[in-house]
Amino acid sequence: MPEVLTTVTMTVNGQSVTRSIEPRVLLVHFLREELGLTGTHVGCDTSQCGACTVLLDGEAVKSCTVLAVQAQGSAVTTIEGLEGTRLHPVQEGFWAKHGLQCGFCTPGAMMTAAYLLSQNPHPTEEEIREGLDGVVCRCTGYETIVRSVQQAAALMSEASETSGAEEVG
Amino acid sequence: MPQVMGQALKRHEDIRLIRGRGQYTDDMTLPGMVYAKMVRSPYAHAKILSVDTQAAQAMPGVLAVFTGQDTKDELGLIPTAWIPPNSDLKMTPHPALAFDTVRYVGDAVAVVIAETPYQAQDAADQVQVQYQPLEAVVHPREAVEDGRPQVHEEIDHNIAFHWTVGPDLDAVFQQAEVVVRHEFRQQRLIPNAMEPRAALAQYNNATDELTVWVTTQNPHIHRFLLSGILGIPEHKLRVVAIDVGGGFGSKIACYPDEVVASWAARKLHRPVKWTETRQENFLITSHGRDHVQEVELAGTRDGQIQAIRVKAYSNLGAYLSTAGPGVPTILFGLIINGAYNIPHASADVYGVVTNTTPVDAYRGAGRPEATYLIERMVDLYAREIQMDPVAVREKNLVQAEAFPYTNPFGLQYDSGNYQGTLKIALDMLDYPKLREEQAALRKDGKYIGIGWSTYVEMCGLGPSEVAGAVGFQGGLWESATVRVHPTGKVTVFTGASPHGQGEETTFAQIVGQELGIPVDDIEIVHGDTARISMGWGTYGSRTTAVGGGAIHLATQKVIEKAKKIAAHKLEVSESDVVFEDGMFSVSGVPDRQVSFQAVTLDAYLAWSLPEGVEPALEGTAFYDPKNFTYPFGAHVAVVSVDPDTGDIHLMRYIAVDDIGNIINPMIVEGQIHGGLVQGIGQALYEGAEYDAEGQLLTGSLLDYAMPKARFFPRFETAHTVTPSPHNPLGVKGVGETGAIASTPAIVNAVMDALHPFGIRDLPMPLTPEKVWQAIQQNQGGR
Repeated sequence: MPEVLTTVTMTVNGQSVTRSIEPRVLLVHFLREELGLTGTHVGCDTSQCGACTVLLDGEAVKSCTVLAVQAQGSAVTTIEGLEGTRLHPVQEGFWAKHGLQCGFCTPGAMMTAAYLLSQNPHPTEEEIREGLDGVVCRCTGYETIVRSVQQAAALMSEASETSGAEEVG
Repeated sequence: MPQVMGQALKRHEDIRLIRGRGQYTDDMTLPGMVYAKMVRSPYAHAKILSVDTQAAQAMPGVLAVFTGQDTKDELGLIPTAWIPPNSDLKMTPHPALAFDTVRYVGDAVAVVIAETPYQAQDAADQVQVQYQPLEAVVHPREAVEDGRPQVHEEIDHNIAFHWTVGPDLDAVFQQAEVVVRHEFRQQRLIPNAMEPRAALAQYNNATDELTVWVTTQNPHIHRFLLSGILGIPEHKLRVVAIDVGGGFGSKIACYPDEVVASWAARKLHRPVKWTETRQENFLITSHGRDHVQEVELAGTRDGQIQAIRVKAYSNLGAYLSTAGPGVPTILFGLIINGAYNIPHASADVYGVVTNTTPVDAYRGAGRPEATYLIERMVDLYAREIQMDPVAVREKNLVQAEAFPYTNPFGLQYDSGNYQGTLKIALDMLDYPKLREEQAALRKDGKYIGIGWSTYVEMCGLGPSEVAGAVGFQGGLWESATVRVHPTGKVTVFTGASPHGQGEETTFAQIVGQELGIPVDDIEIVHGDTARISMGWGTYGSRTTAVGGGAIHLATQKVIEKAKKIAAHKLEVSESDVVFEDGMFSVSGVPDRQVSFQAVTLDAYLAWSLPEGVEPALEGTAFYDPKNFTYPFGAHVAVVSVDPDTGDIHLMRYIAVDDIGNIINPMIVEGQIHGGLVQGIGQALYEGAEYDAEGQLLTGSLLDYAMPKARFFPRFETAHTVTPSPHNPLGVKGVGETGAIASTPAIVNAVMDALHPFGIRDLPMPLTPEKVWQAIQQNQGGR
């Protein structure tokens, strides 16, 4: 099979990147193999586990189900880009409330949580559990993830009270 | 110096993991790295007629295609490492690449090595294999019947071993007032650690050394086995596992894939990476459980259990996996009496090979199978004699004053107060009131059920003498080196290999407490055979009990030496020196003191050391525990069942556990939660299904029901603390308790809810369809 390469340009974690790639390359492989951003993990091949979740123009997507060329011109945020000068409240929440054990699903779980909170800053426990439906975690039993998201929500509303600005993922 | 043992410190390992900086095997990249893709059998049982690699060889980027013919004379067979005594175990020769016969779907027949993963996949699709399909066997009890196809020529009736323990109990059963008989299907489960398995092998042709990064729970066992299979001596072989994304037993075994990647790396002089897909993980990474159990319980009419016995057919899959044979024998048969003082017990286990994925340890490994059996039988017995299941438990639990308690097979339960945990669970639940509510609800056509599980398990695996006696082909001690650097910072090297359990934090808490230094000054190193002399790894809830024990002893050696140097510095005799909170002081003269850090620097400068004391400061210990440890507890589930849909709703779950001393309660709670969800997953959702041809029907996360966040209420946990006398930290282990205790609690609760329908038992998982069908068939009993 001859390799036909195509050029793709996107913004990843605030930086513009351009690469020549095969059109069939998945976004997750683009991030991991081309850009070396190995924080995004591949946990399955049927879009169930959510370990590969990233933000694509602010929306949570499973990067194993998006072709890199579909992200042409888009802004992608991976776990490596979630923090600014300080940890993101979701990272703080997961750390404080033991929202991770082996850590493998964690980047995807945190990106999912960041998206959830960007849409619904004050979710109920039920909404959090529903919102995590696209995340499979084999270690935690989920309850500590729920608490982590609650903690993140509390930190974010504290921050917005003091700064008057809503923090987004 | 604040107390750090017992504190819910945030985890040290999280600092990298929450920032996407973990180093899982597949995250590694090396210059010149190429990719391996396996060609796997689509048949469960077939002769290989031919393998044509020509088309694949010609594909872009392909470096090589190897078949079983290429590897069979260069690679040893993959062995099992557990040979239960007196079981007449027959080996199942397992070549890394099959060259003659394939024995399960996923058995590898060839490997493609290419420049990119996509090229390797493309070329693997072009390898043409001709098979002659053979009849398959799948079910463990059917596999032993006459006339069934044999998985291995040399294994008659597919019985790889027959292991028995305990005396003939026919007389006891004949004379018993009550005998309850039941057959349980302990279904096959798929561990599904979220990180797929991976291996990256690099050969250094200057030093003739091979380094293998691999997803393993036990790097030194991997090195030991790989050394034999590859023919590379251990001092030329390094196995590394930095971050491992969960294991649950499935990363204990040595698999063909890492063998082939290692062999190819040496052959091609290029680093070779192999990473499984999730669908491969379903097919080739070891499964768990899979028993048929014929169980009998004998007792009196007033609730005294006299005997328990089981005949079990344990499905081990196509080949005996690394720890496979130990799971349904030693880790199962020896503890079927559970937490009860039952005078007579026996187990009769057939280890059966079938055309299915090899079966090995999965969270709890043998003990969930035993606990389910006894906890369900206690409930069936209670029904039979019309006693409350709690009353039967209270009557038969080992009494607090009976410890150390020797069970019918000679296991010595270390310590406990089993009634104590039950009492707390009863109070948390308000049991009598809930029974009243249940009765009232039934009148309204609403069905709730209460299910108990008062469990004990054995873990903290060691000592080595016992390992040898039970046929484990390794030791079960652990090593630790506590190296204090000149500035007083500390690196700890442990032979345990945590992969999510948080020991980078809990081990630092042990050392920090004992040395009186901040935990941030301590780094825990694990998972590298080049940095750690030896170790036996992380499984069987042994890491803190055994690995932590070694760290404690190594730390004490450091303190012992430092005290000598401190005494010299303070110009007093060693016996006059007190060490507390990181300060050495003269007994009775507290202001004459010197810090641990100052003593450390002295040890390294070595300008003035006491007679006979060597420079530097580090301690190494090799710790073999006295015995297993026995965590225990009382769990209770409350469920409601919708008779119109068969849907089960988990309303409450209470877990009262005694795991001995607790080092980090936050991590302990996390371990319990994780175990609960896996155990509840077995009861309600999970189950691997094969068709008669040996095709795995539940071969992806689309088809295999993994527990999700929305399935669960908040768990209610509580503890009692009974230190284990079998190790210096007094810990018992917590990694597996949840998975062991919860499955029968849930099923007991559902059967309690379904009692008005005359339903006595249903096979797991208790799907709504199964429950609804059973209700339909039993409507008359309503």
